[in-house]
Amino acid sequence: MSTTVVEAAELEKSYLVDKSTVASWLLTTDHKRIAILYLGSITFFFFIGGIAAAAVRLNLLVPEGLIPSAETYNRLFTTHGVIMVWFFLVPAVPVSLGNFVVPLMLGARDLAFPKLNLISWYLFIIGGIIELYALFIGGVDTGWTFYPPMSTSFNQSHVVLAVIGVFVSGFSSIATGLNFIVTIHRLRAPGMTWYKMPIFLWSLYSTSVILVLATPVLAITLLLLGFERIFRIGVFDPAIGGDPILFQHMFWFYSHPAVYIMILPGFGVISEIIPVFCRRRLFGYKFVAWCSVSIAVISFFVWGHHMFVSGQSLYASVVFSLLSYAVAVPSAIKVFNWIGTMHKGFIRFDAPMLYALGFVGLFTIGGLTGLFVAALAADVHLTQTYFVVAHFHYVMVGGMVTAFFGGLHYWWPKITGRMYPEMWGRAAALIIFIGFNVTFAPQFLLGYLGMPRRYHSYPPDFQVLNVLSSAGATILAAGYLLPLGYLTWSLFRGERAPANPWGATGLEWQTPSPPPAKNFATTPVVTEPPYTFPPPELVQNRV
Amino acid sequence: MSDTYAPHEFQYSSAEHQAGTALAGMWLFLATEVLFFGGLFLTWIYARSQNLAGFDAGARETELWIGTLNTGILLTSSFVYSTGLAFARVGNNRRLMQCCFAAIGLGLAFLALKFGLEWSGDFDKHLWPVGPDFKFAGEPTEGGARLFYVFYFIGTGLHGVHMVGGIVLVAMIAWRARRREFSPLYVTPVEVVGMYWSFVDIIWIILYPLIYLIGRS
Amino acid sequence: MRLWLPAASSMSHEVDYLLIALTLIAGAVLALVFGLMLLFVFKYRAGSKVDRGALAKKTWRLESAWTAATLLVFFALFIWGANLYLRLSQPPADALTVYIVAKQWMWKAEHVGGQREINAVHVPVGRPVQLVMTSEDVIHDFAVPAFRVKHDVLPGRYDVLWFRADRPGTYDLFCTRFCGTDHAHMTGKIVVMEGPQYQQWLEQNGTSGTLVADGKVLFMRYGCNGCHGGHGTVRAPSLNGVYGSPVPLSDGTTVIADDRYLRDSILMPRSQVVASFAPVMPSFAGQISEEDLIKLIAYIKSLAPENHS
Repeated sequence: MSTTVVEAAELEKSYLVDKSTVASWLLTTDHKRIAILYLGSITFFFFIGGIAAAAVRLNLLVPEGLIPSAETYNRLFTTHGVIMVWFFLVPAVPVSLGNFVVPLMLGARDLAFPKLNLISWYLFIIGGIIELYALFIGGVDTGWTFYPPMSTSFNQSHVVLAVIGVFVSGFSSIATGLNFIVTIHRLRAPGMTWYKMPIFLWSLYSTSVILVLATPVLAITLLLLGFERIFRIGVFDPAIGGDPILFQHMFWFYSHPAVYIMILPGFGVISEIIPVFCRRRLFGYKFVAWCSVSIAVISFFVWGHHMFVSGQSLYASVVFSLLSYAVAVPSAIKVFNWIGTMHKGFIRFDAPMLYALGFVGLFTIGGLTGLFVAALAADVHLTQTYFVVAHFHYVMVGGMVTAFFGGLHYWWPKITGRMYPEMWGRAAALIIFIGFNVTFAPQFLLGYLGMPRRYHSYPPDFQVLNVLSSAGATILAAGYLLPLGYLTWSLFRGERAPANPWGATGLEWQTPSPPPAKNFATTPVVTEPPYTFPPPELVQNRV
Repeated sequence: MSDTYAPHEFQYSSAEHQAGTALAGMWLFLATEVLFFGGLFLTWIYARSQNLAGFDAGARETELWIGTLNTGILLTSSFVYSTGLAFARVGNNRRLMQCCFAAIGLGLAFLALKFGLEWSGDFDKHLWPVGPDFKFAGEPTEGGARLFYVFYFIGTGLHGVHMVGGIVLVAMIAWRARRREFSPLYVTPVEVVGMYWSFVDIIWIILYPLIYLIGRS
Repeated sequence: MRLWLPAASSMSHEVDYLLIALTLIAGAVLALVFGLMLLFVFKYRAGSKVDRGALAKKTWRLESAWTAATLLVFFALFIWGANLYLRLSQPPADALTVYIVAKQWMWKAEHVGGQREINAVHVPVGRPVQLVMTSEDVIHDFAVPAFRVKHDVLPGRYDVLWFRADRPGTYDLFCTRFCGTDHAHMTGKIVVMEGPQYQQWLEQNGTSGTLVADGKVLFMRYGCNGCHGGHGTVRAPSLNGVYGSPVPLSDGTTVIADDRYLRDSILMPRSQVVASFAPVMPSFAGQISEEDLIKLIAYIKSLAPENHS
């Protein structure tokens, strides 16, 4: 393998100022610029989904519902679900942070297929615009799961448009996943063996396997759903000879692995942050790496646990319950390993670490309540109630969104060349942690008491807990608005960031912040395993 | 471009590196396609298992001869294209271009038979499943036959879309061959398109028995 | 404000025990995780001078230990949950049947004696009750939190849910599968009554005919008796005693004639043809309402076995 030396002149300019026309951004094939385009887009969708969530919580302040029309409420929570799942959670970490750091971590100059990367962003935007148009002209009120026959034969809203939006954005997922897998296989720097890769790469590799293999099944499912609605072809609607359970099987065959598309990148981010701020090699590196892969594999065989009360065969339910426990084991192992990493460390409390600690706590709660709904008889009582809502928000928001914010702060100096204001960062991490728990912890109890999901109004008995939850949501909203403010501020006024502000070990820290357009002056050569920090004596002296 | 210089993009270390990566990318893309069509075939087979009589009645109305002829045409087209790839490997751009044209011609023949002749015949025979005058309307096998034709039209339609995509890709190879871009050192695009073109065959090889043979047994 | 949920069925206590065990396990793990995290964060903060000593080189022993422990606990929870679930899913043979028809956005219940009610179901205390449920439109879900039971109600088929209420009282019924605009209003009450009161309620709400009597009328009206009555020109299988007995089919298999089989045979007569009979029965799909179907099936179920002596 020969070493390519990039012209010195090209190196002087960072990727941000390399060229500055609008076209140089909109037609760029630089993975770092595409990451920025994606970061802007998913932030936009995060706040669209967030506004819908705020309206939902506002409505639930009073038992009869503050929003006069139940239909409006139904459209709001569907909007919240569709936007957050497909236009924020699934893409969030891979397309923004992943796009930016994967080639840098590998010691590569770009992803394997830079043009495909750009096409992927355009597909995402086209899908997003279709989705927003569907919302603008009235929205959808089927819930994000689009269950037939309601979505096909008993619904007046814009189901077909919404489904097309998701369908198109699915191709963007496939393109990103494909790009990552091929890049990780083919573009590792000399000496970067599989076991020298940072865990973030293992996580994104596992995520990409799911993206590439599960998303096509969603595509064909949504295609059949669209045809069913337009032509009434009778694949899913029992009134014309179809089987609605078949849709649920196909939908969850994608959508359960999709849960791991959302959380695995979060695991990766946390596995980067904790060693750096503990100055310790990641505990059980190989276990953590292979846990990601085994989660990706097992996640394809647990979809039926969404259907314990749907009328699938009892024996299928039993098998799916067993497999669901199996997929929880590697997640538990990871939590233990993160804590093991802290043991005998030199722990610092910069904002990324605070987010990481928050993540470990909230994800553990999310994971443990997963044991409740994996136990068949317990699930019968808890499924379709607020218990499940709380459970997956602990995993998706407490886990994934917290990890996303942690990673954003961690790589912010690398991405922008500026430091964020540390005190504000720590304050936001704390506010989000508190706000999140106040919002979602009461929902576990609500669920046990029997309050069903997707209810526009509810029995007055449930009001106190709902008010508590809505109050927490305001704290949470403030917590999420803070970074929008101070991160934007730091773009202009933040302190200039050095190449390696955290004393981290990854290759991405061995090039200037922000990196030059072609990433590295010379192709780096890897000799050390990841997370090889200086010996403890030196660390102790420095502190 | 000369016959000895092999270009590569800046993120690769060499032309071989780029070539291998392109092939890996196509393999992975084909894996997603397998899952896409796999979902369709699984639904198809499940629906058939629930409506055996109707599916068989529907299948007996299909044009076996067109399906069989098309299978032959498509396999020949792949064979011709692969011959072109062999020519490209020895640097014969002219023969590659001719093979591409032949492959495109056969592909177009397939599309003409499938959509020009077979589909229009199906419409004439009132086999469009969601129309008001569906041939099996009122018969006991109506539900199953309708579903069979739903899958028939969706399956052949999606396959047709992939065929059109493949023809465009082969045409691009022909264009580049005309500009003498390929050499024994640089045939990757020809190989990548060849993989896709063969994959379109494989989908048809599953569709063919599903449509024409199983119901007739 | 209510912070506890009544446990009013035979199974509800068992589900609660499982939930309590889960909560204890989750609480213990949570205490461990948060405890260790807080301990390490304090003890090994960057500024602390505590002696870190040498780091353990090999981690696989610890890894195997906590993997094995996790597996063991998970497997125990799985067995517990699955065992209970299987019992929750199989109604006892002597259960009293109530038919439920769901539609956007109401619950209709029909009792064997012909009593009908909307958004309420009256049941006796201490007796197993099985609900045979279907939907006229979309998927609904019949959930009674106080009984810890829940099951989807699908169009085009029968789903069964059972419980044995242990305490008289009135309990919430929710639809928990999102079913459209007024999903939140698709609620009702389960009224559990002592035996005598329940009998009284049945009598006060009695109608002219029981389900069986109504079914018999429909059996004539739809012309079923023309072929299945045993004296028509067309040869059709006799329905006497067919319910609950094995039926040999033309494809060589055998099915037990349950509610679902009877329903499918009326709506899709050619999907499962009885052996040695010609598939000549027309489909009644779209011609008989769900409520009439229930009556017809109730009548067929009531037909006594033929006496061959």
